Amino acid sequence: MSPLAKLLEAALFASARPIPTAELGALSPETERGALLAALDELREHYDVSGHGVELADAGGGWQILTRPEYTEAIERAQLAARPQRLSAASLETLAIIAYRQPIGRAEIEEIRGVSVSSMLKSLAERGLVDVVGRGEGLGRPLLYGTTELFLEQFALRHLDELPRADELAIALRPQLKTA
Amino acid sequence: MHSAALEDVPGTFVVELTAFSGPLDLLLALIRDEEVDIYDIPVARIAEQFLARVNELELDEAADYLEMAARLLRIKAQMLLPRNSDDETWEDPRAELVRRLLEYQQMREVVDVLERLGEGRRNRFARAYLPDQPVPVASSAPLSLSLSMLMSAVDRVLRVAHRPAIHDVVPRALDVDGAMLTVRALLALRSSARWRDVVAADAEPWQVLSALLAILELARSGELTVFQPGPFAPVEINSVAAGQAA
Repeated sequence: MSPLAKLLEAALFASARPIPTAELGALSPETERGALLAALDELREHYDVSGHGVELADAGGGWQILTRPEYTEAIERAQLAARPQRLSAASLETLAIIAYRQPIGRAEIEEIRGVSVSSMLKSLAERGLVDVVGRGEGLGRPLLYGTTELFLEQFALRHLDELPRADELAIALRPQLKTA
Repeated sequence: MHSAALEDVPGTFVVELTAFSGPLDLLLALIRDEEVDIYDIPVARIAEQFLARVNELELDEAADYLEMAARLLRIKAQMLLPRNSDDETWEDPRAELVRRLLEYQQMREVVDVLERLGEGRRNRFARAYLPDQPVPVASSAPLSLSLSMLMSAVDRVLRVAHRPAIHDVVPRALDVDGAMLTVRALLALRSSARWRDVVAADAEPWQVLSALLAILELARSGELTVFQPGPFAPVEINSVAAGQAA
């Protein structure tokens, strides 16, 4: 590995949170962005090719070193780490709506889901997946919600654009049936 | 998502209702199970089955489902209204429901994507794993505020805040005995007196109360009588001893 890739590896090892590319650049100010990305690629390949228990991930606005999924169970069994609780289907529905329609108010989410979501919003905010991002113009200036960096990280996304676009979704019950 | 087994009993279903995340989810499942066209929903049949399942619900979680049931019944009623076949202004009463169902269906596909992505990430531990905990509140971040900004803010607050008016409340006992002496002395001079003669116009509340209690007390013990000739008329205070003497 190149010295730069080793330096990046050390920095990523030291950090508990994903580090954005720009912040990694501060490690070696004279290095250009292209060289930095090449070094990151080198590190990723090193992990993938020479057989490591960890991998390099790029999500939630930054880079981080993650364990490989095949070791998850053994680690959890030995009680060295525990997976976060799985989100319920209802929580995922609420998150999906917020991710696509943000900034969005509570009433609008309830309109789409057909159920009340105030306690759900609270627990999603407590988990740090959504946050209040502003206030609407409507009656009572409702709070508007949006997703957070942690949301991107927990769903292995670099940007929101990585979610399928609305017109890419194959809707099971769509147009073919319209001939009826 | 809908792993709950559907028992194929005609007319009714036995379903794990918690398997549904809301009324639209239940409705979509019904449409799927019945293999009907979402653009041409047989509202009467679907509404009936919807109600059958809602009946199995606990009451407090049923509210959202009942709202949908009411909506279905209204659409069913609207479908029954006669209309001209060439009426171009006629709108399918099911249109709004179909729009919502499609929107919901689309969102459910996103849920599947999120579920897959989230599960992948869940199975990878990051460095310095920390147990799930609430995100620190923003207020723990250092304030980006200079001292002069802070001082001027304090100054503004102090200027707006009025010094609270503090009242000294001095308890003052009523002097009923003193007032009784005054009334007796007055009635000794003249057999009849008026309220104004007993209480000066600028008397303080405690003096007024003392005089009132004194007069009532003397009246009770029979030393004087109080007489008011008419409503709002001045009260006459008459000495009983004087009246007897006369």
